[in-house]
Amino acid sequence: MFRRRGPAPVNTKTLRNIFLAPTAILTAITMLAPLAIIVVYSLLTRGAYVGVELPWTIENFTRLWDPVYGIIFLRSFWIAAVATTLCLVLGFPLAMFIARSGPRKNLYLSLVILPFWTSFLIRTYAWMFLLRDTGIINSALQALRIIREPLPLLYNDGAVILGLVYGFLPFMVLPLYATLERLDPSLLEAAADLGARPWDTLVRVTLPLCAPGIRAGAILVFIPCLGTYLTSDLLGGSKTVLIGNLVQNQFTASRDWPFGAALSLALMAIAIGLLFAVRNRGEGLL
Amino acid sequence: MKRGLAVYAVFAYAFLHVPLLILAIFSFNSSKFAVWESFSFQWYRAVAADANLIESSVNSLIIAIVATAAATIIGTLAAYGLWKKGSAWLSGSLYLSLVTPEIVTGVSLLALFQWIFRFAHLRLGMHTVILAHVGFSLAYVVVVVLARLRSYDRTLEEAALDLGATEFGAFYRVTLPYLAPAIAAAAMLAFTVSIDDYVITSLVAGVDSQTLPMVIYTMARRGVNPALNAVSTLLVFGLGMLILLSERFRKA
Repeated sequence: MFRRRGPAPVNTKTLRNIFLAPTAILTAITMLAPLAIIVVYSLLTRGAYVGVELPWTIENFTRLWDPVYGIIFLRSFWIAAVATTLCLVLGFPLAMFIARSGPRKNLYLSLVILPFWTSFLIRTYAWMFLLRDTGIINSALQALRIIREPLPLLYNDGAVILGLVYGFLPFMVLPLYATLERLDPSLLEAAADLGARPWDTLVRVTLPLCAPGIRAGAILVFIPCLGTYLTSDLLGGSKTVLIGNLVQNQFTASRDWPFGAALSLALMAIAIGLLFAVRNRGEGLL
Repeated sequence: MKRGLAVYAVFAYAFLHVPLLILAIFSFNSSKFAVWESFSFQWYRAVAADANLIESSVNSLIIAIVATAAATIIGTLAAYGLWKKGSAWLSGSLYLSLVTPEIVTGVSLLALFQWIFRFAHLRLGMHTVILAHVGFSLAYVVVVVLARLRSYDRTLEEAALDLGATEFGAFYRVTLPYLAPAIAAAAMLAFTVSIDDYVITSLVAGVDSQTLPMVIYTMARRGVNPALNAVSTLLVFGLGMLILLSERFRKA
């Protein structure tokens, strides 16, 4: 949140309100009204063909406790957690490398950001091209006579996790880099002078000081991974059903909008709950 | 330690960039299969001849340009307004739109549009896609422009007011030029999220408003198609050019 400093310019209210009005109207239409509709739908009964009907019911929420869906929620959590951990483990040394590379910092940093600017969909497709039965990896291994039958690389949880790590690694590296770059090198020297080995310094000095960056990176990766639809659909195939795919299915093939609405609310509640749980006062984007 | 990090970094960068590089290389392969045969432009010719791809690309461009323009203007004004005096409500809803999973944004917009269509003779189409895109890219614009405003010296505007500028004059002639690089960056970001979006778009698009990502997605699900490698290379290359241009523009 921005805090004003110094005296306020005179009579700024009118202009400010005029400037905020279009955004207020737009967020009301594209954010708040849809959310309100979803809340209402989640309390209604499934329509005969499509949409919703009266009477009011809480049955959509009680269905969430069905073990069938519980397993899907747990699997989504598990996959998002593994992907986030891998991003952290793979991203930390990379962020450290960039933070310590002196004048070429900016070049190395833009090499991480570059994939972020290219299409997420294309980057996911690139892995389909590499992993499928007739893809590069299998073709190469067969040509080299290492394998005879193609390895089942695509359409499993491993492929989904790989796709998520590939897609979201930059989101982890950027906040880690931001905290590592601000790290006072004299603290590390002090640790070394006092007899700490490099590993001790890393675990007991660097990592604790990076906590805000780790927290920010984990949130930026975990939340989109938890709600992923595209990656699990393309790389996981029909076997990998995660929350995102389940929600999409309710609004398309299954035509059970009220249950889809209840699932959406559950997913949002988890995301917002997590944000509040790891929130640090004074940090924030807006 | 340092050497180890450097070796690791080479592998990490390879992981980030080699998959797209392979995709680009194989878009010039004359064979239909993932084995290199000879250099050829045939898949690019196939793309140029595919009416579906061309039409959806035009749709994507129209949507991205209109949505970017609207979101950039509206979002810049909002960032300035929020900088003058914060609004917990507005910041809160913008933040909410950033953290809402895409699939939830998509289905809830679909639910809203279908509900409105009960009363109005409208259908899903370009207009619903554009409205959705403006909605989800708005928060990105506000974040980027607000970040720049945080380093802005408030006294500059006060000086303008003291020297007799109107409020709007001070905004337009003093603050806005200072914000120009951030506005360009915000527009870039809005454009890339718009042109690339599949999840929300596929839910709120009509039959006559297929976008490029929707066609790519359908092709990818159907299986091997080297033309897809060519489209992908063109898209990545196009976005890359755009970034380079905007960097030039920003530094000039």
